Amino acid sequence: MKPIIIDRLSISFGPIRVLHDVSFDVTAGECFGLVGESGSGKSTILRCASMLTDIWDGTVRIGEHDVRKMPVAERCRTVQMVFQDPYGSLHPRHSIRTALDEGLRINGFDDREARLAQAMRDVGLPVEFLDRYPHQLSGGQRQRVAIARALILEPDVLFLDEPTSALDVSVQAEVLNLLVRLQQEKGFTYLMVSHDLAVVDHMCDRFAIMQHGRIVEVLDRDAITGGGATQPYAKQLIDASLEYERAI
Amino acid sequence: MDPVLDIQRLSIRYAGAPAPAVRDVSFTLGRERLGIVGESGSGKSTVGRAIMRLLDTAEITADRMQFEEVDLLNAPERKMLDVRGKRMSMILQDPKFSLNPIQRCGHQIAEAYRTHVRCSKSEARARAIAMLEQVHIRDPERVYDLYPHEVSGGMGQRVMIAMMLLTDPDLVIADEPTSALDVTVRLQVLRILDGLVRDKGIGLIMISHDLNLVRAFCDRVLIMYAGRVVEALDARDLDNAQHPYSRGLLAAQPRIGGTREPLPVLARQDSWLEPLEAQA
Repeated sequence: MKPIIIDRLSISFGPIRVLHDVSFDVTAGECFGLVGESGSGKSTILRCASMLTDIWDGTVRIGEHDVRKMPVAERCRTVQMVFQDPYGSLHPRHSIRTALDEGLRINGFDDREARLAQAMRDVGLPVEFLDRYPHQLSGGQRQRVAIARALILEPDVLFLDEPTSALDVSVQAEVLNLLVRLQQEKGFTYLMVSHDLAVVDHMCDRFAIMQHGRIVEVLDRDAITGGGATQPYAKQLIDASLEYERAI
Repeated sequence: MDPVLDIQRLSIRYAGAPAPAVRDVSFTLGRERLGIVGESGSGKSTVGRAIMRLLDTAEITADRMQFEEVDLLNAPERKMLDVRGKRMSMILQDPKFSLNPIQRCGHQIAEAYRTHVRCSKSEARARAIAMLEQVHIRDPERVYDLYPHEVSGGMGQRVMIAMMLLTDPDLVIADEPTSALDVTVRLQVLRILDGLVRDKGIGLIMISHDLNLVRAFCDRVLIMYAGRVVEALDARDLDNAQHPYSRGLLAAQPRIGGTREPLPVLARQDSWLEPLEAQA
């Protein structure tokens, strides 16, 4: 279990400043949510912290180490990411076996066959599915493969970028249950982006509300129903979600 | 009151598909709000598109498919050009993709109006601006001259609603009208749409994957699974839904302030492919 410490993270794309000195800590073994409207910079934080983008300023530490100074292989074994759209994040012409095995091969893991089978069992898929291609799986099954691919390298931290927003509610329930169970079994630290407060309330211990590339407020889960928000925008967002849910 | 739309035993099979995507769907629609709910792939959008006659390669069969006096099964395309966009129109999911990116928002609204109504350009402009005001756009003259990329998602969707309601249609099909929007603007857009639909007495078909949304904004709900209607009921009775699929969908939704217990998961059964009466 490793904590994540993000300190004054900033990034500009051309003349536009996308993140303004974002700082927050995620304790080891916690599930931390990032909430906000589209364009508020939630996913950009994940992309920066995982070094998919490296033109940012500030520091990101995972456990003891600065992500910038970690060798690539070590970074990949510490942090893995699950993307939003399982239709886009799996290579259409690679079998599931190829997709999962690639990371094992690059990182020189032994006993690869057993690890492949174990990863499939961990996410609740039949081991025979290893020889299928993404188009032979449903959306929920694909997202399970994407999760298997992330956890097969035994990382400590998982970045989840809207892991269920492309899925139906019925399938979302399965994937959320899976993520909760894996966290209990393996002690992952989760950093999860979501626009759905109900999902955040279900999964996260604490969450940050973002607007225009800034963190407006960091709140406990109880603040959603308990009215603990103090900043106007945080209140507005929570009220809108509650109203949406009550209206309904 | 005469129904706006009367559909009996509608089946749709896409060209080359081994099995029909929609089977034996029947419903009638008065001047009311009907929700069609289901998972992706259940055929709900396909039904909407078939009503608009947008599926020209699919094989469509039905005992009856009547929109007011128009027989949708046999009407020639010339007739449909007159009906589509004027008397029935469709609101699509994402304004980023459904508005023309290289034309000004207002111009697109005016064009939709002038396609169906003979009038001068200045009159169409005036109408478009008045309609933009009706969808609660504060500065309609300015928004008229903006391009779609210059407006937010919520505003784009209101532009879309303005365009679709300007010709005073009798039937509006809204296909996931707010799924692409942020939660802060979702309710606002829904209320605007709801208000206009009630004021003008339009028949609305709201296609959505969100049972709760449909419960709040519709009078009746059809629940579709694998191309069939498994249950039809009044929106206020949704909590008493009988079909295990409907109940499963309701239970799988995480709730703010929920217990954080593992969410109930659907255990799909082949028997769901039969309508409820047939099982009893």
